[in-house]
Amino acid sequence: MDINKYIATGILELYVAGALSEKENREVFEAIQKYPEIKKEVEAIENAIMQLTAAAKTDAPYSFQDIKSQLKTKTPKVIPINKPRNNWTQYMGWVASLVLATSLIYTINQKNTLEDKIVKERIQLEGMINDSYDNLAKAEKLIEVFRDKDIISVPLAGQQVSPTSYAKVYWDKKTNSIYLDAKGLPEPPKGKVYQVWSLKLDPLTPTSLGTLDTFTADTNKIFTISNANESEAFGITLEPAGGSKSPTLEQLYTLGAVSS
Amino acid sequence: MDQELLILQFQQKDVKAYEQLYNMYCDSVAGIINNIVKNNDVVEEITQDVFIKAWNNAESYSAKKGRFFTWLLNIARNAAIDYTRSKKFKQSKQNLNSDFFVDIIASNDNLDSKTNGIGLKEFVNKLGDTCKSVIELLYFKGFTQKEASEELKMPLGTIKTRSRTCIGDLRLMLGV
Repeated sequence: MDINKYIATGILELYVAGALSEKENREVFEAIQKYPEIKKEVEAIENAIMQLTAAAKTDAPYSFQDIKSQLKTKTPKVIPINKPRNNWTQYMGWVASLVLATSLIYTINQKNTLEDKIVKERIQLEGMINDSYDNLAKAEKLIEVFRDKDIISVPLAGQQVSPTSYAKVYWDKKTNSIYLDAKGLPEPPKGKVYQVWSLKLDPLTPTSLGTLDTFTADTNKIFTISNANESEAFGITLEPAGGSKSPTLEQLYTLGAVSS
Repeated sequence: MDQELLILQFQQKDVKAYEQLYNMYCDSVAGIINNIVKNNDVVEEITQDVFIKAWNNAESYSAKKGRFFTWLLNIARNAAIDYTRSKKFKQSKQNLNSDFFVDIIASNDNLDSKTNGIGLKEFVNKLGDTCKSVIELLYFKGFTQKEASEELKMPLGTIKTRSRTCIGDLRLMLGV
């Protein structure tokens, strides 16, 4: 075959145009396979037509990304399984997951409640530990006070109203304060309060040292009270809440003189 | 990349390979469509449809029947003609203005900045009437040799030699 003559006929231009019959197309295809020069010529014609046709595009450039998502890639064929409708098994999954979800929510609630409880109890416990440290410090201080030789100890004995009552005053003259141990007094009735008095005996002059308002709440019943008086005796009376200006002697619970 | 390999990969639904083919040919497809629908607003959409259609029908392409480029342009022409029919344009091939591609290229402002753009404009401006008609019918409108011969009242052989001459001038200008 004369390749140049074949090319010169113009059949390859029509081949690229797609203007040939099916039979002619097959013949050109075979010629292309056989002769690289023909293939080259076809590619050159195609290149020219490609540029010419592209020149008739008048809008902005396109992006492959715009169609990429619409290209379906190979996916395995899905074989639909036809199950009878209203089959109870198809609901079982839903029921099971509902039960599971409900119990899960319940468990989470329980857990949260327990955690809250633990936190509260821990705070309580910490408070108690702190309190006991405080109490220990107080007790140590008391022991210190009782051992101090400069402290005067004054026992207060029970009187007519309450013969079994007793109390004890530790008087620290250096600091002008007394420590009153009132454990031997009964709980005051409602609306009443114990009032502590410093007494001078000749003539009898009572000076109020204050009321024991926290008596019921105080666990060790030891009260620190300031006392700058030249006390000769200490007494405790039961008075109406808020205390009285002078002691109600009929309600004198305990009394004790300072031994000089 | 070897074009035959690219086409083979495309037929095996290789998106990357198809992207290369797309970049090579999308402007030509758009140009063909633009020349038929004569409406710049719909060209991109139809071009996208063409490439999706080609992808979905990849297995129907066979090198024995023709060039991939030729196959793609055929899909493009059919899609564009479908569009004009759906819009009731009712343009039969025979009624088309045969020098339309020349007008489009000659007034295409986008071309000036492109490789061979100016040359292509000069080429179409100097193009003789016969070449205008032959190129329009064969490449842009997809006429067969026989249809073109009837349309232009030229013997079958003359269509062949004329197209050879016209494309020869184009290749000379492009240097391909």
